[in-house]
This record gives sequence, structure tokens and C-alpha cells, in this order.
Amino acid sequence: MRQTELKRTPLYECHLSAGGKMVPFAGWEMPVQYRGVVEEHRAVRSRVGLFDVSHMGEIEVTGSRALDFLQYVTCNDVSKLTAGRAQYSGLMTPRGTFVDDLLVHKMSDQQYLLVVNAANKDKGYAYLCAQAAGFSGVEVNDRSAQWAQLAVQGPRAADVVQRLTPAKLSDIKYYRFVVEKVCGVEAILARTGYTGEDGFEIYVHPAHAPDLWNAILKAGAEDEIVPCGLGARDTLRFEACMHLYGNDIDDSTTPLEAGLEWIVKFDKGPFLGREALRRQEAAGLKRKLVGLEMIGRGIARHGYPVLKDGERVGTVTSGTFAPTLQRALALAYVAVELAREGEELDVEIREQPVRAKVVATPFYRRPR
Amino acid sequence: MSYPQDRRYAKSHEWVLLDGSTATIGITSYAQEQLGDVVFVELPAVGSTLERDGAMGNIESVKAVSEVFAPVAGEVVEVNGALEGRPELLNTDPHGEGWLVRVKMAPGSDAGLLTAAEYEAFLAEEGAH
Repeated sequence: MRQTELKRTPLYECHLSAGGKMVPFAGWEMPVQYRGVVEEHRAVRSRVGLFDVSHMGEIEVTGSRALDFLQYVTCNDVSKLTAGRAQYSGLMTPRGTFVDDLLVHKMSDQQYLLVVNAANKDKGYAYLCAQAAGFSGVEVNDRSAQWAQLAVQGPRAADVVQRLTPAKLSDIKYYRFVVEKVCGVEAILARTGYTGEDGFEIYVHPAHAPDLWNAILKAGAEDEIVPCGLGARDTLRFEACMHLYGNDIDDSTTPLEAGLEWIVKFDKGPFLGREALRRQEAAGLKRKLVGLEMIGRGIARHGYPVLKDGERVGTVTSGTFAPTLQRALALAYVAVELAREGEELDVEIREQPVRAKVVATPFYRRPR
Repeated sequence: MSYPQDRRYAKSHEWVLLDGSTATIGITSYAQEQLGDVVFVELPAVGSTLERDGAMGNIESVKAVSEVFAPVAGEVVEVNGALEGRPELLNTDPHGEGWLVRVKMAPGSDAGLLTAAEYEAFLAEEGAH
């Protein structure tokens, strides 16, 4: 794809002004870092960071049968949501694998907002439209161009955002949201995020995004807020063991294999993939996603083989040198009989086996 | 930036500092900037033989693995042990404390390397600064 074909968020100029190093990502020109991945990562863990996540997709599902429809195409129980609540879920194939992972926000009984991965937005939207054809009373609309999204994440995020909104943030619990003014403009203000820290994701009309970005940086100056790029976004979510579609989950993996059995609500009623997942549960998993800690010297990365006594038993899905935990860690699918804490395996790094052991996840949990 | 004139440079962004027949090798400031935060360095063993433009280990950032290429040929006589515990030296002092290896250089294998001025011109052509 030629550079000129990449999409730009409303914050493109803000990124250049902040010294952002722009790279292609999912068809967008996005900042991978400003001052450095490690510095930005640590800022979020210890203070607060600001992310442009406007590349994410927003799909609206409305109508009298919106709930029935969403119950059918996702694996989590949408009926548990009340207005102002969100849930993490999977958009499912009939095989019980992931079309995408997403957040489902309930705006009202007949209005839901799905926030989906940038890389999967077109695929997911087409899939939802095709599935909706079988439902009367359901409308699916791609609202991605009508939303910009900023994330403020870190232990000081609430202090910073509170300076910009009349909403009482202490009343907004985790995975709840309000529709309220932020910097004087209407926004969806959600206590969600992809970093493992406290924080907010703020959705506004694209025209307001640059002012909001600048206002957040100004309001956060006393807390030493820094802009953070996709590099830090990845290391932060990885330490917290939040899945990345395309790495840890995809349309060949089920939520059960991925350690996401908690988002599968078998008893909520029929949904795409339910029978396949029931069969998988009954037969027993063949593989599981586990955490690995390197014992030998080396960094395990996406795609590297996992071996046991020289035999291939799995594959690394995500891996890096974790900036907060200061260790080489990885997530990998391994044969289920080896998916036990303490099991020693090898990761093949440039044709050499390097010793690793299975460890508990999440690697990082924020101090409460 | 202004590159030190006491050494020579390869287009693959390594530098070579000669002291008699011993060559100290490292990566340039431009290279470390492109890499981002270095978290892991893999170096050839002492006693191993390097070939000009051959593989000379890997430098890993958070996001990626980058190969290092030997700007001269020779036998590795010393590796920078400090990089094991402090890989970030490659970012903070790539021309000094972040040196990678010392080799007993094969005579003439440094032919064709660039001067500081030539390397700076090369970077400018690449669109760097």
C-alpha cells in the first residue's frame, strides 16, 4: 500500500507536533512512538498517558430486536447490560472462533455501540450486515467516520480527566460510561482501556478531537502526561495479558482455547458458534494459550515455535521484553497437556532452543 | 548530528574505530534512533570469525529484531559485557560505551568504508538527519 493511501485520524497534525514517528497500521498512518516506547509505557504505569485510538471502528446496532441480534452474533450475555454499561465480547463465527473481539456498549434498549478493531472493521461490519439480514427490527450502521477516540490511561488519568468534565468520575465504575460534556463538547466517556491501568476512553466528533487532545495535554501537564503511541499500547496490553486480534486470537481460535471462557455464556440462548464451543468443551481442549517466561537468554516473539524435547508443541502469539516487569515474556498456544504452570518448554529463537517455563497470567495486575 | 571523525562508517550503519590492528565496532546514532529502545543484544562469541558484511549478531528493541553486519573482517577478541545488563547503552552512548565488539582486523577489510562527512551525506540522501 502506498503511503498516500493511508488514512489519517483527525489528530495527525497533533502527532507531528508532538514528534510522533508515523507508521502504517491497519491502513492508517499512526504514531508508533514519540519519545520512546519504554518511556511512554512507564509513564502510563506510573502517571498518565494519552493515546489517539481514532482508528478503531464504531458500529451502531439499533432497533426493536437489537438485543436479540447481538445475543446471536456475540458470545457474551448482552442482556446483562443496562444503559451505561459495556462488556468485552467476541463476534463469533459458526465454528465458535473469532471474527473480532470488541466492546459492546448499551446506550439504550434499542441502541448499542460496538467498538471494534481497526484492522477488522470492514470485515466485521460486512459480517454484521450479512447476519442482520436474517433479523427484522435491526439496523446496522458503520459510524466510524463520525467518532474520534482518545484514551487517557494511568493512575492519574481520573485526576486529569476530572479537570475537563462536570461528570463525577468516581461514580463511573470500571466498564461503565456516561454521555456527558468533556471540554464543553458532548462525548461518550467510558471507564475502559487497553493498558491494564485505570483510565478512560473518550469518544467525540472528529471536529473536536484536536482541541480535546490539546486540552488533555494541558490539563495533564502537572501530572507529567505524555502522548503515547502504538508501541507502548502494545507493550502495556501485553503485560496485562489483554488479547490482540491477529496475534493471540483470530478466526482459527476459540474463546475457550484463548483463556476467554469467561466471556462465553452458554446458557444465555442460541448464538453463532455455541454448538461448536459445547462440542469443544465436551471433547476437551487440544491446546491452550499460556504465559511463558524465558529462562534462557532470548526474547520470544510472534510466530516462534514452541518445543518440548525437540518436538513442536506450539507457537508464540505475542512476546517481547516487558518494560515494567523487566523480563522476556510471551503468550503461546501449547498442547493442553503441557499447559501447566511450571512446565518447562523451549522457544526456538533463530534455530536455537531457548528454555522457557509456563507461568500464570496475567503477568501484570495493577495495584489496587 | 555531527559524526565523530576518528572512525569510519558502513552504509549499514555500523562504525569502525581502528587502534593499530584492533578495530572496535558499534552502531551509529542514526541506527539506534531507528531501532528505538534497545532491550536485548546478541553478540558473536570471542574467538569467532567475522566476514565483511556478514552476520554479527542481533540487536532487539521492544518491537523488532535487527541484524548487525560486520563492517570489517576479523577475529572477535572482546565483546562488550556491559550490554548484557544495560542494553540501553546502545541508545544513550552508541559511539562510546555502547560499543559492541573488538576484533583483530583482517588487513584491508576496511576498504571502502565512509568518512564521517561521507556518512553524513549518505544519511542526508536517505532523508535522515
